Amino acid sequence: MSRFGRFRQPSVIPGFGLTFGFTIAYFSLIILIPLIALVFRSAGLGWGGFWAAALDPRVLASLRTSFVTALIAAGINVVFGTLIAWVLVRYRFPGRRIFDAMVDLPFALPTAVAGIALTAIYAPNGVIGQLVAPLGWRIAYTPVGITIAMIFIGLPFVVRTIQPILEEVSKEVEEASATLGANRFQTISRVILPSLTPAILTGFALAFARAVGEYGSVIFIAGNIPFVSEIAPLLIVIRLEEYNYTGAAVIAMVMLAISFVMLFIINLIQAWSRKRYGYGN
Amino acid sequence: MEVRVENVRKEFDRFPALHDVSLDIRSGELIALLGPSGSGKTTLLRLIAGLERPTAGRIFFGDTDASEKSVQERNIGFVFQHYALFRHMTILENVSFGLKVRPRSTRPPAGEIRRRAMELLDLVQLSGLEKRYPNQLSGGQRQRVALARALAIEPGVLLLDEPFGALDAQVRRELRKWLREIHDRTGHTTVFVTHDQEEALELADRLCVMSQGKIEQVGSPDSVYDKPTSPFVFGFIGESSELPVSVDKGDIWLGDRPIGIAGAQAQGQQRLFFRPHDIELVEGGAALAGVVASSRRVGGTRRVELDIGGAAHRVEIDLPFDHPAAERSQIAFRPKRWALFPAT
Repeated sequence: MSRFGRFRQPSVIPGFGLTFGFTIAYFSLIILIPLIALVFRSAGLGWGGFWAAALDPRVLASLRTSFVTALIAAGINVVFGTLIAWVLVRYRFPGRRIFDAMVDLPFALPTAVAGIALTAIYAPNGVIGQLVAPLGWRIAYTPVGITIAMIFIGLPFVVRTIQPILEEVSKEVEEASATLGANRFQTISRVILPSLTPAILTGFALAFARAVGEYGSVIFIAGNIPFVSEIAPLLIVIRLEEYNYTGAAVIAMVMLAISFVMLFIINLIQAWSRKRYGYGN
Repeated sequence: MEVRVENVRKEFDRFPALHDVSLDIRSGELIALLGPSGSGKTTLLRLIAGLERPTAGRIFFGDTDASEKSVQERNIGFVFQHYALFRHMTILENVSFGLKVRPRSTRPPAGEIRRRAMELLDLVQLSGLEKRYPNQLSGGQRQRVALARALAIEPGVLLLDEPFGALDAQVRRELRKWLREIHDRTGHTTVFVTHDQEEALELADRLCVMSQGKIEQVGSPDSVYDKPTSPFVFGFIGESSELPVSVDKGDIWLGDRPIGIAGAQAQGQQRLFFRPHDIELVEGGAALAGVVASSRRVGGTRRVELDIGGAAHRVEIDLPFDHPAAERSQIAFRPKRWALFPAT
């Protein structure tokens, strides 16, 4: 027990040993062991082979497509997700509950269904697609289409993280701001939004992670043109179909590394802002 | 600044919270709105602040009609029961907020804002804590920050909504004294809401006692305590006992026995009110006689509960803690000061 002494604080809550042991075992089984297998798989190529596979131009292009579209989608989701959360929390209107429930649909819908539906709408002969086609714009089969699919699947993450925090922001704080002479815009920009920052960052991280990993809905709308609208998860599948398991593992490793670094940075910013905005202690 | 509330009525979803309330608040005074919950005192305060709009009636700040003015235009300082500090801002940023959000034309330069905020922190005795965040402070400190923040905009009127309601008794007493000092030093017209009569009696220049959306009585602490004008005020301010009596030609009777008080103006069925300490013990003669039901020590006095007329009525009287009468099983007394109100 004394070896645990450093991080085990005396506590009245029982079962630390049991629950901590279970957590480690479960975490290893579900996350760590598969990831280690992945590392071993890609290590089969050796150092030089690994970099040759990772720096393949088609791989680099697909990674760029994946991460850039996912970042843009998460950014857009943060703006409009916050707005939707605001409307759902602050206003009472007929159909609010139905609207509220609909936010979760992208969670529940099989992603392929979402992909087919979005493609039908945004394809050059679809409802929206034919509106912009005369302007020479194409949505489906371009990175724009990919971004739209990612926005669709990421939206609930942002709304559902911000909504409860927004409900907690007390009316008194807004009233205090008003009595001090702040107008509505100043109250929102200086008082409400800053207190939502940690939640917004969490929503961003979740939406981003979901978008990077998304496969089902994106491949329908992406068109999957190499170097243009081919996402990294698709390229992994293509490698697998070529029986190039090591090649697939290499792309997966690179995605894993980039995602981990980005999520880690977001987490650091979040921890800093939580502390700064007084959620700590 | 004077504040005049004229015939103000407020309904929430057709549920009346205030019925036709009028109140003159004098410039520079510290006035307490006192009443039980649901009496409309907070609603009245929020109407003065402009956080609510009256259903009918007008509110004047000095000579100007403020009824249609927004909260921002009224230039009031408001302190909330639960502080309502901005938790993502430091103490200094909280206090300077009101000056920083002013339009460029009336906003003091940054250095001046900082200087004034530091001065106010000094006034509320929180110098040295300006870099902390609200959640690093105790409740009493937070409420002092809230007051400094409200004072920063140089309000015409300072409004406090149960400012000490969330604090423990010790801190409450300290802050009470301290608020009085601040008021005497800055001279702001101050209105504060409380349900704590002791707080109101100790702190305020005048009390405005409210019940069920109406003002029951307005006056100095002395006059409200000594000359309550309604049974509600008698019962709500200070301790009191009540007996149903009848008055015949100036003599007061409890049931079929005179109680030894004469000179009553009223006639017929009445409610007799008196305070536990306003009594004298008597030996013989007409008096209220009761059986001691319980006796307990409260500070420097002994509070005795008496059953009068069997167990029909229970009253409380105070005796000096070492008074021999406390040992007896029967005590006879007469109220020295009392009031009669018609029975309803």
